[in-house]
Amino acid sequence: MRHVLSVLVENEPGVLSRISGLFSGRGFNLDSLNVAPVLEEGVSLMTIVTRGEQQIIEQIVKQLRKLVTVIKVTDMHDSTTVEREMALIKVNATESNRAEILRIVDIFRCKVVDVSLDELTLEVIGDHGKVEAVIALLERFGIKEIARTGTVALRRSMQPEK
Amino acid sequence: MEYSGARILLESLKKENVDVLFGYPGGAVLDIYHELSNHQDIKHVLVRHEQGAVHAADGYARATGNVGVCLVTSGPGATNTVTGIATAYSDSIPLVVLTGQVPTPLIGNDAFQEVDIVGITRPCTKHNYLVQDVSQLASTIKEAFHVARSGRPGPVLVDIPKDVQNQMHAFQYPERIKMRSYNPTYKPNNNQVRRAIELLSEAKRPLIFAGGGVISSNSSEELGTLVRSMQLPVTGSLMGLGAFPGDDPLWLGMLGMHGTYAANKAVSNADVILAVGARFDDRVTGKLSSFAASAKIIHIDIDPTSIRKNVEVEVPIVGDCKLALQGLLRVQETEFADVNWADQYDEWNKQIREWAVTHPVRYHDEESLKPQHVVETIFELTKGDAIISTEVGQNQMWTAQFYQFRQPRTLLTSGGLGTMGYGFPAAIGAQMAYPDKLVIDIAGDGSIQMNSQELMTAVSHKLPVKIVVLNNCFLGMVRQWQELFYDRNYCSTCMDAQPDFVKLAEAYGAEGYRVTDPAKLKETLKAAFDSPLPCIVDVRVEAEENVYPMVPAGASLEEMLLV
Repeated sequence: MRHVLSVLVENEPGVLSRISGLFSGRGFNLDSLNVAPVLEEGVSLMTIVTRGEQQIIEQIVKQLRKLVTVIKVTDMHDSTTVEREMALIKVNATESNRAEILRIVDIFRCKVVDVSLDELTLEVIGDHGKVEAVIALLERFGIKEIARTGTVALRRSMQPEK
Repeated sequence: MEYSGARILLESLKKENVDVLFGYPGGAVLDIYHELSNHQDIKHVLVRHEQGAVHAADGYARATGNVGVCLVTSGPGATNTVTGIATAYSDSIPLVVLTGQVPTPLIGNDAFQEVDIVGITRPCTKHNYLVQDVSQLASTIKEAFHVARSGRPGPVLVDIPKDVQNQMHAFQYPERIKMRSYNPTYKPNNNQVRRAIELLSEAKRPLIFAGGGVISSNSSEELGTLVRSMQLPVTGSLMGLGAFPGDDPLWLGMLGMHGTYAANKAVSNADVILAVGARFDDRVTGKLSSFAASAKIIHIDIDPTSIRKNVEVEVPIVGDCKLALQGLLRVQETEFADVNWADQYDEWNKQIREWAVTHPVRYHDEESLKPQHVVETIFELTKGDAIISTEVGQNQMWTAQFYQFRQPRTLLTSGGLGTMGYGFPAAIGAQMAYPDKLVIDIAGDGSIQMNSQELMTAVSHKLPVKIVVLNNCFLGMVRQWQELFYDRNYCSTCMDAQPDFVKLAEAYGAEGYRVTDPAKLKETLKAAFDSPLPCIVDVRVEAEENVYPMVPAGASLEEMLLV
């Protein structure tokens, strides 16, 4: 099961390696990890995407909380969230298929951010599923390079009643 | 008034009531050592290898319950502490390890004796720090001690660059500390505590499983009161030995791979298990799927990660063992005052007694010198009033089986990491804390050779530690596995090329004894124990004796190999 974990940490040297070391040392899955400072001084937010059975996820959350530099861990699985990630995709674009690629760009509300005679570079923003879908559709044209961010997520302001 | 970083460090240590440092000087800590000569109230034990310093600080911590402190230089000095740090981390022992570092402008430049010790020890410390400015030194030391001793204790490393030791700054030791990211849970949830007693009130075959948490939280008394008022049988992990008196009729002995028949049968047949400060290590559980198959488990631990890590838990109680046991007692005495616990568990206790009587830990008492008999004799001579450390392997398991630990903090042993070479320096640390107590390292001929250089430390500091070597000319436990599971292929476990331990002791200015005749065992041990000097007693024991019972790795606890 895929879980998105929101982890508030003290923004100090070595904190990233404490977290990544925890995952590698204990054999936990780490699909993506995104980190940047938040509003509060000295605090960063890490958004970690991981997979595992319930018992493993519970261990991951507890182990993260145990780290002395970790302030708060939220498993986003327990609430409705907004999730986004971004990918830059450089795809082969010949005269014959350029129009079709642009149609995909249109349908998925991507942007063309760079262009040359035989390539298009697209920017796609969306949840994990959307980015995966765009990549799958573009594969047959030949993707030459790809750069992706990890997922970032926030809880929705209005949570459905349980 | 401004002090140098070195002085700030030492003043801070005094604020933490540190009276002894185990250490080894070097280039990157010279300023601290220079300052140390002005602080006669901090004793310094000069070891012969930095590994010895950490193990000694660890032994000091286990014996006293205080934070053990050691001081080493950068680079190799720091890396030599890693085994000791990992040992303490595995067993939740509070340590503060102070390492020197190259000056801050040189960090990252591959300077002489530079190593990223904070990076290296990240996964085996509870937390660690690099002090980058002298203004942060005092508060970092304060935080380090706080983290080391609070919650689930553990080792904390503080890396102090040489220029930070030189810089001048006003000294103000913080009164208290506030960490938004670190707040261990001490107070257990009352509802969970109530549920635990409720579950026990419905039980017919209950069992207490005591771990090292009972000892680190100093709650042996609470455990004893609960056990006696409810007539609960008790087993314990290796780390839990001493948490409950080993000569009490309710004590079943250790459980697990080399546990007693009664303990392993009890855990396999129990309907409720109350685990206190234990973590269900694989050496305890054996095959997980058949471990305590018919039991509902109540698990008290201060570390939430210990709960549901290996076994399913019916009633988790996160909190301090002492407060949780007090809570259980309170609920039991008030809300469950009319339950007749003794009656309710009577049949079960009888069954357990029968297991214990029909299958005690035993060995074939032949004419040869049996290692088990040596441990029994040590117990007989000390009557349990000694601090015992062990190395790792057969010597450790025989000590666990045949020495009846009556008091907490009287066994110093590397349980989780299984560090050979731990016992002797740990005994030195304990002897430093208790100069008048008898401190004995029960060793094997393999493991004593891992840190025997510390004989010089013991002699020079007049620490009369006794080393009893159960000498079978083998790496005995590995040989036992080879015998049982590797076709008796004794590859590289025969250690008959060994020093003359008597001469080795004498070379360092200690006393050496040798026992080959069983009839001379007791008097020789007594002479060594009465001596004012550190001693090695080289006891030539039966070479191919095995530790039984034994549960083969991966088997269920009921599949014990017996004598």
